[in-house]
Amino acid sequence: MKIQILGSGCAKCNQLRESAEAAARELGISYEIEKITDFREIARMGALVTPALAIDGKLKLVGKVATPDEIKPLLRQS
Amino acid sequence: MPSVFAPYEWFARWCVERVFGLDPSTRLGASLEFFFYDVPKVLTLLLVVSFVVGTLQTWLQPEAVRRILGGKRLFFGNVAAAGIGIFTPFCSCSAVPLFIGFLKGGVPLGVTFSYLIAAPMVNEVAVALLWGLFGWKIALTYIGFGVALAIAGGAVIGMLKLEKWVEPFVWEVPVGAGDVEAMPWRARLAEGWRSTREIAGKVWPYIVGGIAAGAFIHGYVPGDLVVRWAGPGNPFAVPVAVILGVPLYANVAGVLPITEALAGKGMPLGTVLSFTMAVTALSAPEMIILRNVLRPPLLGVFIAVMTAGIIAVGYLFNAIL
Repeated sequence: MKIQILGSGCAKCNQLRESAEAAARELGISYEIEKITDFREIARMGALVTPALAIDGKLKLVGKVATPDEIKPLLRQS
Repeated sequence: MPSVFAPYEWFARWCVERVFGLDPSTRLGASLEFFFYDVPKVLTLLLVVSFVVGTLQTWLQPEAVRRILGGKRLFFGNVAAAGIGIFTPFCSCSAVPLFIGFLKGGVPLGVTFSYLIAAPMVNEVAVALLWGLFGWKIALTYIGFGVALAIAGGAVIGMLKLEKWVEPFVWEVPVGAGDVEAMPWRARLAEGWRSTREIAGKVWPYIVGGIAAGAFIHGYVPGDLVVRWAGPGNPFAVPVAVILGVPLYANVAGVLPITEALAGKGMPLGTVLSFTMAVTALSAPEMIILRNVLRPPLLGVFIAVMTAGIIAVGYLFNAIL
């Protein structure tokens, strides 16, 4: 599965990425990380605030640095 | 009348007299009393304000705000946008996606600007600090002037019809729609607590450091020095405070305690308000980020309107008080 981190590359985006990777590792899911920094792409995906997290192109979380425990259910659903 | 902050006064006095064995009227004693009074008080207010705002914010997710503001007319829309901006502080890194999303969602340019001005300016850190350091009247005044400035600034930009100076790609991006999810109360409170921890975790070192610097000024910097440079006799104090405020972005927590100490020695409060607004609303990183969507003339108009407004607030407040 493809985990996408949306944001201009501020510190919060990196924290979100770490949380998402930790969640995926704990669940033993094979994943790839994609960082989306282009504003057009971020807007196209429907995120109004960053950082945001999308899984396989579908927006799951916006505007917060979620913990791995919050991200796990999202990964399981996808 | 005993104030709600009486326990904090007692604690500060106790620290100075019992723990350090000092007389509060000495320089060191006065500095330490300032420090041990302000740090717990400001941190408490920060926790309270961030929790309330963080919880209320769950009703005002950007999707919901866009829906409320979409298609709103000039003036009424600006008032609504500025009002909502009080409860929805955001990180400047979100300014661009928000700007695109709002415009594409049918929110008029001037209304979008009212929101973009109010949201970062009236934020929980600035309000908690102003409340803790200067009292609730000054905090409310700041919110009032901030909202007024956001309404006026957005209305001016709206009336000038500057849509032509928005980068053309903004109008062409297809924008996806996100969902507004229903949240139970417990989740809202949990979200409020989460954002409180995030904010407090980030700003507490600045608050402690700023108050330490303020405490030093309080005890050791002579008052006439402050009055000479920043007092009512210097007609340029307000614009200078605004210029100084611009590069101090995001450090409102560190610099406000210093201004409190300066205010205690004669710097007028209007100058303090202007300075705080410049720190929160005229940030260099946000301007650079906004350049992605605003062509230089519009960015210039935005900066000019904000600067003029913030300076006017300072002079106005100094004149009426």
